[in-house]
Amino acid sequence: MEQYGYAGSGVRLDATFAALADSTRRAILARLAKGEASVTDLAEPFAMSQPAISKHLKVLERAGLISRGRDAQRRPRRLEARPLREATQWLENYRQFWEAQFQRLDALLHDLQTSAGKKRGRRAGVKAGSSRARRPVRNDKPLLMTSDS
Amino acid sequence: MKNSGPFNITAHGDREIVVTRVFDAPRRLVFDAYTQPELLKKWLLGPDGWSMPVCEIDLRAGGKYRYVWRNDSNGREMGMGGVYREVVAPERIVATEVFDEAWYPGEAVDTIVLTERDGKTTLTQTILYNSRETRDAVLKSPMQYGMAMSYDRLEKFLPSVGREAISA
Repeated sequence: MEQYGYAGSGVRLDATFAALADSTRRAILARLAKGEASVTDLAEPFAMSQPAISKHLKVLERAGLISRGRDAQRRPRRLEARPLREATQWLENYRQFWEAQFQRLDALLHDLQTSAGKKRGRRAGVKAGSSRARRPVRNDKPLLMTSDS
Repeated sequence: MKNSGPFNITAHGDREIVVTRVFDAPRRLVFDAYTQPELLKKWLLGPDGWSMPVCEIDLRAGGKYRYVWRNDSNGREMGMGGVYREVVAPERIVATEVFDEAWYPGEAVDTIVLTERDGKTTLTQTILYNSRETRDAVLKSPMQYGMAMSYDRLEKFLPSVGREAISA
């Protein structure tokens, strides 16, 4: 059941994040990651009625995160990995970008603490305009990895 | 990876991105690193090869700030700014943010909360966008650096393609 073409990936991503915002739905996905399962199987671990579970399944299905298997009787649900992968990838790109900034901040904080400790025997504390006294952080060379993905 | 603390990013609710990160430093210092121009210019540089020539901060509720980044190899610039709504040193900053060439509509509201424990500081940064579409667009291209970066990479890539075409 290929339905990825129905909307741009931006629209689908909205649905993906909305679907993932609920802990029951995330638990359902975790269960389906181990293999397909019927609605009854899926309802079992939750203190929830089947209609309530079906509602969650509908949201997941609309987001393209799950699909239905062929068995007409059981209608087992199965995980569709692609939209999940996309959503995770976007978060990962964002994460890498910020991690590169934060690693520079780590280095700066480290420098500030060691120089403050050495120069004044103080643990911390920087006053505006006093950074001249400190050794500059090498801002031309990001210290660790870049955010290249 | 010295000093690299726990780091988490989530898409929260419909319109938020929440970033948490632990720094091995007291919170006063982290607050300074976020609010003093001479310190911000040393770390908030964007991707490799970019610098932050402009960083102006009027740190008070109602005060403005302005950042400009520059790609040092091609001179491309990117600016953003906003207005502080709350400043509670050294624990909380709320500010609006708008990029000069915003690729998303409206302004976002950025809330930074710093908590300290055993000499370590946890940063929780919540960025609230005006719609879910906007939030997801930002995740797709982080802070527009993402776009600028991919252009840069394209520029690096193109000459080598040219050479191959010539030698072929």
